[in-house]
This record gives sequence, structure tokens and C-alpha cells, in this order.
Amino acid sequence: MNNEQPIKNVRKATLLSIIPGLGQFYNGQIFKGIVFIAVFIAFAIEFIAVGINAIMGLITLGSVPGVDHSLFLMIEGTLQLIVTALFIGFYIINIFDARRVAITWNLGETVNTKMIDILKNMVEKGFPYLFTLPAYLVMTFVIIFPVLVTLFMAFTNYDFYHIPPAHLIDWVGFKNFFSIFFLSSYRDTFLSVFSWTLVWTLCATTLQIVLGVFTAVVANQSFIKGKRLFGVLFLLPWAVPAFITIMSFSNMFNDSIGAINMQVIPLLNHLPFVDIPSLAWKTDPFWTKVALISIQGWLGFPYIYVMVTGVLQAIPGELYEAARMDGASAMARFRKITMPMILFVTAPVFITQYTFNFNNFSIIYLFNEGGPGSVGAGAGSTDILISWIYKLTTGTSPQYAVAAAVTLLISVVVISVSMIAFKKTNAFGNEGMM
Amino acid sequence: MKTFFRDQRTTTFLTKFFTYLFLIGLSIVVIYPILITASSAFRPGNIAAFTLEWSDSWTLNNFTRLFNETLYLDWYRNTLIIAVATMVFQVAIVTIAGYTYSRYRFKGRKNSLIFFLIIQMVPTMAALTAFYVLAMLLGALDQFWFLTLIYIGGGIPMNIWLMKGYFDTVPRDLDESAKLDGAGHFRIFGQIILPLVRPMIAVQALWAFMGPFGDFLLAKFLLRSPENLTIAVGLQSFIANPQQQKVALFAAGAILAALPICLLFFFLQKNFVSGLMAGGTKG
Repeated sequence: MNNEQPIKNVRKATLLSIIPGLGQFYNGQIFKGIVFIAVFIAFAIEFIAVGINAIMGLITLGSVPGVDHSLFLMIEGTLQLIVTALFIGFYIINIFDARRVAITWNLGETVNTKMIDILKNMVEKGFPYLFTLPAYLVMTFVIIFPVLVTLFMAFTNYDFYHIPPAHLIDWVGFKNFFSIFFLSSYRDTFLSVFSWTLVWTLCATTLQIVLGVFTAVVANQSFIKGKRLFGVLFLLPWAVPAFITIMSFSNMFNDSIGAINMQVIPLLNHLPFVDIPSLAWKTDPFWTKVALISIQGWLGFPYIYVMVTGVLQAIPGELYEAARMDGASAMARFRKITMPMILFVTAPVFITQYTFNFNNFSIIYLFNEGGPGSVGAGAGSTDILISWIYKLTTGTSPQYAVAAAVTLLISVVVISVSMIAFKKTNAFGNEGMM
Repeated sequence: MKTFFRDQRTTTFLTKFFTYLFLIGLSIVVIYPILITASSAFRPGNIAAFTLEWSDSWTLNNFTRLFNETLYLDWYRNTLIIAVATMVFQVAIVTIAGYTYSRYRFKGRKNSLIFFLIIQMVPTMAALTAFYVLAMLLGALDQFWFLTLIYIGGGIPMNIWLMKGYFDTVPRDLDESAKLDGAGHFRIFGQIILPLVRPMIAVQALWAFMGPFGDFLLAKFLLRSPENLTIAVGLQSFIANPQQQKVALFAAGAILAALPICLLFFFLQKNFVSGLMAGGTKG
């Protein structure tokens, strides 16, 4: 092939594909061109027939109360945005494709022009995309789309005064965020709920990690008899569905007829120098918090225990032998060998444990429904952000927009903190091609 | 320590003593609540106190009442339907996607993997109101298919990561040699690689199955009629009202729900741990 004399003008191919398909025709790929132009026309028709209205609906959120349903308009508009985004992606691919094929012509390499070859090539090259498509479809519908709607909702005034279709919802900009930070009723609640959420996350997760690691290290000493039995026992809290144990604990911690006040504390009082009165586990915020953190330690330690046990068994014994030869004490061996090994493998898991507890709705709600008492704006004294949102959304006077705004704040916090942590622990590091 | 306990045997003895003390103590703490629930299920009469007591007369009365006077069997059937559907679809989607991410190098691969990692951190709550509105729009309130779809989608990002990690542990030489022998994409996947990752598939299946059992939030939010509830929501209604607690019925229902899952769990436990390690560490 003659490189001096381009067969195809790359610029021309690229410019032609401003209308998808034309560039492909120019490149001699008739079948591909037909498909591309068909997609283009289909989108154009859809956009003119439905799309423009949907986008307009999203912008205005309706104008006639009782006729326009603001929520439905918002949802249809969001769907249209996703479809449009997909089309823009396709459009960019189309331009790059025309350009690339034209260059391929000029390099003198074979270009598939027959329909059958193109289809074959698509199956061969597009295989990964085809195989991941179902995952993306479901995720778009179940995660991306709802999160987008929530994102939009945070900037509206959707609350119990504005329930469609009787009333319209309007865009209010950053008003909800402003209320959360500056309006005293929300601000106080937000600060109080947020600080307890942080305390809860740190204490509960750290407790379960420390307990898990400690148990694993202790239970893996070589002299222990009945290791398997202990192993099975320590797995129980993980094996029984959490909602069942939380509800059982909720019964056990009952102030007047629960096992803790009726059995455990009296039993402990038989010990010398121990004298504990009955505690108000469900009516005093402090003791409710203590109970919640202890229960999460109980629920969460087996997972850590199992992981760490796996790590411990993988550490070569010679390492400890050598350290012992050098006169390292048990404590030093633990600090210099065991701990780094555990952290190296499990640090990313520890991070997910923290984010999990940050959003651990079940335990808060099922134990005491966020109670006792109230710290304003619908939140109980042990509500964490996520259960507060639930109450804002489902309460008697729902505050959907504020709930959405708080949700956004949570997501931003959780995502940025974990991304930083993941980067630090190098969780991406051992991913081959990254 | 060293100067105080010069005698090596004393130190060893103390280590052993405190080790066993801790292990036995923890065992008691672990078993105690479970025993209370288990024994309450068989106690006669309408018990009020949730304590550990060995009654002299065991009874199955609570179970009969559970079946006859409450909608427990409906709830159980609903939960099973939702759980099995979630399991089948999620495992299928996650397995092929995990395989693809492990074996193929394609444009957008790295970015979409990071995308999975980020998106799994978005709390379910972030979509709660949107789910509700969407359900209204689609007439899907109180419908199982909608809830099932959410369960399937929610588990996908995280599980693709774990699955991919496990596929990464299967040597690539296997694919290469199969390709030389002329096997196509589907044959390599179905006949060579898939049988090797069976343990991880079992783990994923169990997780996907347990998901709907464990979820309270979405089920409570999206299911409405009493006969359409799942076990978690149904059981909570037994104890939610402090004036009218059906503690014994709750205990009986809890045992019935927990027992099969516990057994499955212990049956698959070995796979569980190895799968977790592979998925977690190879990231």
C-alpha cells in the first residue's frame, strides 16, 4: 500500500460521522453505517416525541397542580437523562470509530466491510461487553437511576406540604442543605445525630475488630484442645441471621423483664466486690448506646475472627522460630510479625466494616427504633444518620427533600473517606492491570 | 512479667489458664442469647420474661400457634420465593461478569472496576424514596418482583469484585491451552473454568440467598399487606408493640428461620472462608 497517498481522508471520515453512519459509509462499512444511522434516527425520533417533554418536565416539575405529577415528571426526566447520556456515549464512539477505521485503511490493514465479518468481529471483540451487560442493566435500574432521583430530590421542596399530585414540587436550590447547616432545629439534630453516628461507627467497629483479632490470636495457640469446637461456637453469631439476634437482644435488654437485668446482673452480683443495680438499657440513652455497641461487637467479631484465623494459619512458622532465636518476646513477636501480617491482608476489609456500621440500619432500628427519647426533628437519641433518614422518609410528616439531602451528605462522606483509606491501604495495588 | 514469674512453668500455666478462661467466657457470651431464644420457643404458656429457664414441660404449642394463628407460613414462603429468585439471578450475573473482568482486557475495564467499588458504598437509603416513587409509578408497591430486583442489583458491585478475585486465582494457563486446543469462549468458560470456581459460586449463592432473609429495611418499606411480608418484618411485628409482645411465638419463628440458614452456613463454611480470602486479598 502507498503511504504517501491516503486512500481515505481521516478528517473527512471524522467530519462525516457528525451524522452517525455517514463516516462508516465513507469507510465502506455499509452494514455498520446502516446500524449506526438507525440508532441515530431512533434516538432522534424518541427525543422529539418524548424526550424534549421529559426534559422540560424535569426542569419545570409541572405547572398545573392536580394534573401534573411532579414526581412522575422527575422520574421520566431522569430516565430521559440516562437514555441521552447513553446516546452521547454512542455518538462519541461513532466518531472515534470512523476515525480509527479510516486510519486503518491508510495503514493498509484489512478492514471488515462485509456484514458477516463485522458481526463476527463484534462477537469476538465485544464479548466482554456482552457478558457484563446484564450487570450494568440491573445496576443502572436499581442503583444509578434511584441515586440520581435522590440527588435531584435533595434540591426540591418535597415534603408533607408538597405531596403530588395535589401539590407541585419545586426546585429550591441549596435550601435543604442550608437548613441542615443553619436552621437551628435541623442543625442541632444533625450535629447530635452525626456525632453519635461517628462515635457509634468508631466504637462498634473497633470493638468488633479488636475482639475478632484478639480471639483469633488467642484461639490459635498451639496448646489449645477442642479448637474445632471453639471455632464452631465463635461462628454462631455470624451464622444466625442478624435480625433474629438483634430482636432477641432487644427482648433480653428489656428493662423490667429482660434476661440481662433479671439474670445476668444478679448472677454477676454473686461475685465478690461486684454490685450492679438494674440498668435502664432501653430508657436511658447512655445505656442504650452501651448495649448497642456491645451487641455489634457480639455480632461482628466472628467475621474478623474467621479472616484473621485464615491469615494466621498462612504465616510460616519459621518466622516465629527465627524471632524466638533472636530473643524476641511474645509481645515483640506479635507486634513485629503477627500484627503487620494481619493488617496487610485485612486492612481493606476493616475499612468496609467501618462503612458498614456507619450505615448499619438494622441494629439501630430493631433494637430500640432509635429511641429512647428524641433529639428533635424526628430523631431519637440513638438514631444514626441512616435511621434518621428512614424516619424523615416514613414518619407522619415526611421530609423527603431533607432526607435526600442528608443522604447525599452521608454518601459523600462515606465515599471520600473510604476512597482515601483504600488508596492508603493500596487495595488497588495488587490488581494486575491497574 | 519476666522478673516476677521467673518460673517458666508458672508463666505457661497462667497463659493457659487465662486462655481457657477467655475462650470459655466468650463461648458462654455467644451461646447464652441463642439458648434463650431456642429454649423460649419450647416453653409453655404465654411467657413474658425473655430469660434462660429450663421448663419441665417442653411443648410444641408455640409452633402450632405460629402456623395456625399467624401468617408465619405465608411470610416464610414469601421469603423463600424472593431469596431463591435473588440467588439464581444474582449468581448468574455476577459469575459471568466476574469471569469477564478476570479474563478479558478491554477498554473501560479499570474504570468500571473502580466504579463498582465506589457504587457499593452508596447506602441503600440513598435510593429509598426513589424506589418508593418508582414503585408507585410502576404499580410495584407490595410486589415481590420489584423487591427481588433491588436485592439482585444491590449485591452486584461488591460480589463482582469478590468473584473476580476468585477467578484470578485460577491459573490462566488453563485458558491458554484450551484456546490452543480450539475451544471457544463459551466452552472455556463453561467446561473448564466454571467447575473450578464452584466453591465461590456456592458462597455467592448462600450470600444472595441470605440477603433477603437478613434485610429488614426495604421489605418493611415496600411490602404492604400483612400476608405479603417477609419473615424479618413479620417477626418484628410480634415484638414491636411493648404492650402485646408475643415473645414465645417470636422465638419459635426465629428458630425456624435461623435453623436452615445456620445449617447451610456450616455446611459451606470451608468454601466461605477460602472464597473470602481469595476475593478479599486479591482484590
